[in-house]
Amino acid sequence: MNAMTQTSSRFQQGLTRLLQSRVADILSYPHGVDRYLEVFNPLWSVKEVRAKVEAVRYLTNDSVTLTLRPNHNWEGFVPGQFVQLSVTIDGKRQTRCYSPANSLHRADGCIELTAKVHANGFVSRHLREQLSVGDVVLLSQADGEFALPEERPEQVLLISGGSGITPVMSMLRTLCDEGFSGPITFLHYANSAADMIYASELDEIARTHDNVTLVRCFNDEGEQGELSGLFSREHLYIAAPEFAQATTFLCGPPPMMAAVEKVWEEDGLAERLHKEQFTLAAPQIESDSAEGEVRFVQSEKMAINNGATLLEQAESAGLTPESGCRMGICHACTCRKTAGDVRDIRTGEISSGEEDIQICVSVPVGTVTLDI
Amino acid sequence: MSIFSNLTAEQFETIGQELDAIRNREMADLGEKDANYIRTLIKRQRRLEVAGRGLLMAGFLPPAWLAGVACLSASKILDNMEIGHNVMHGQYDWMGDPAINSKVFDWDNTCTNTAWKQTHNFEHHTFTNVLDKDHDIGYGILRMSEDQEWEARFLFNPILAGILATFFQHFVAIQSLKLEDYLVYKTKTKEELKAEFKPTWKKMRKQLFKDYLLFPALAGPFAPFVFAGNVTANLARNLWSSQVIFNGHFPEEVEQFPESVIENETRGQWYVRQLLGSANFEGGRLMHVMSGNLSFQIEHHLFPDMPAHRYAKIAPEVRAICEKHGLPYNTGSFVKQSLSVWKRIFKLSLPSKTKGGSDKGPLDGLRAKVVSLTREPQSETRKAA
Repeated sequence: MNAMTQTSSRFQQGLTRLLQSRVADILSYPHGVDRYLEVFNPLWSVKEVRAKVEAVRYLTNDSVTLTLRPNHNWEGFVPGQFVQLSVTIDGKRQTRCYSPANSLHRADGCIELTAKVHANGFVSRHLREQLSVGDVVLLSQADGEFALPEERPEQVLLISGGSGITPVMSMLRTLCDEGFSGPITFLHYANSAADMIYASELDEIARTHDNVTLVRCFNDEGEQGELSGLFSREHLYIAAPEFAQATTFLCGPPPMMAAVEKVWEEDGLAERLHKEQFTLAAPQIESDSAEGEVRFVQSEKMAINNGATLLEQAESAGLTPESGCRMGICHACTCRKTAGDVRDIRTGEISSGEEDIQICVSVPVGTVTLDI
Repeated sequence: MSIFSNLTAEQFETIGQELDAIRNREMADLGEKDANYIRTLIKRQRRLEVAGRGLLMAGFLPPAWLAGVACLSASKILDNMEIGHNVMHGQYDWMGDPAINSKVFDWDNTCTNTAWKQTHNFEHHTFTNVLDKDHDIGYGILRMSEDQEWEARFLFNPILAGILATFFQHFVAIQSLKLEDYLVYKTKTKEELKAEFKPTWKKMRKQLFKDYLLFPALAGPFAPFVFAGNVTANLARNLWSSQVIFNGHFPEEVEQFPESVIENETRGQWYVRQLLGSANFEGGRLMHVMSGNLSFQIEHHLFPDMPAHRYAKIAPEVRAICEKHGLPYNTGSFVKQSLSVWKRIFKLSLPSKTKGGSDKGPLDGLRAKVVSLTREPQSETRKAA
């Protein structure tokens, strides 16, 4: 580092400390320093992680891969973890969770997020069709239990389906960058070869790393994969006969995850399976169990319980409660339930009485009263 | 009450439906346009503030001082009126941006977000111009209605109004304390008052410390120039915002209502009360922005949570509805409305010549507390008085 960059980095540190000081806080009262900084540059902030879009790539016909350069508030991530990405669509902030797919050792400090565009994927479609290089997006710090352990396992099995590939891709890239020499099996499920994100890079990794075995499994008939159809025990015996010895990381659509989990449970290996559910299974709407009504006290509104989540029921009643990830992660939608029972759609647990609940993952069981 | 009593139940119903139609149409259209509007305005206000505070640091140069005061006054007015007042009404809550949300937004003013939402959003907007319910009628110190019983202290009505305007931000800040209950009517104990004042005092301290100590201190030897500049900017904001707000409800023809009016009030009747209890003033785009679009006070009272920059567009439709149903639509130039307000202030400093102004005698329930809001829309209408 030469003298000039040293001075400039010391200057930057000093400036940051000054902007985070109590004096700056009082001078900018009541809005806060960030509300002034952002006026001059949308990336400037003393608290929030904001990132500039450096590149937008389309690896498949229904996905988008973003290269993001976060500002200095970004504290890094562990491969497997996710971030919440917020963008503004038609004036309204929308937040979704994505797992960085890049290696921990990526040299330029950027992170890479890949989103699959679903038919009614409001946010992912925006990312693919509207977002362009130079735009600024809002990020959260990385979070999540699903993560590559600090002490690397001896043998790794990565199982993914569809866009669930991103967190395990990050694990694979990280391990390869570290010169990891233990056996890695990468078992991936996709509808077709054309749908498979990171297909050519995976090919390349498998070709150049003797310890990496790539097993692709396509659902559509006539596709050239090592396997075909849905996950089964037989697949496992072919792809990773030593799966019982491996530490396994699993991320994919709920039915696939359930099938994998079943095998691990049957074999008494549940604690060796790490999993990330990246999409919520839609709540089982049973018309006979949906009874009672939902009362929104502050808005003086009421709806007949239709079995959907409280967030969805509030929205269809014309309310605009705060919400974010819509999958029980960000707690933006937390609000007070003053009476009634709700079922958590992630766990099936039923809770009752007055409490704060995440309405995006809560389904009313009978009449429920919310203080919104 | 005359016009109010001339309308039939069907007419109230029709007016309600017509206004609801405007509201539904506009609210369904919320989007990027509104978001861009408020974001751009906030950006301009923050730039003005930074420029104003910067210029005042060189306040020993008269042109810099004048320019600094102008920028800072404009910034404070924008912050309080078009941004703060409207954001705290929840006009932009749908954007999902915590920086522009009524739950957390705070303004460059000594009044706390919580107190403001109680006295303004709830009490004033729900019980607009209903005596004993709407504390904005005189802020507890002025006599602004014929139906308010005359007391000797109201001889000072004009002077008190001047003081109110000068220190407007502080009066607004302590409005929720209902100070007159302690000072005049003795229905509140000192301890109660102290406890209620605590959060407000915390905010006041921060505001005063920032404007009158910290920023001047940063200017070192030129501190007095910064101090004087900040006093002037706060004063400019106080005088301007109080006049804008007075013009919205106190020009002479604007109606006030007895408490009985809100019993079983239908949505249509609520709308008509808002119409009759508010007044607009005319002006160019700058006038509307600087008044937080409260120059469209009528539209604001009909649709308090609609982004205010839309009022200009819907005003002709609201006016047409008024004309159709024979309702007055009170508007005039800023000067005309201001003169009318001050005429009322002077007139009411003396006892009224006629006993009581309307269907009800002098009201004695001045200490009545706000009852909880349990208005269920009802289709049956009240028998017109």
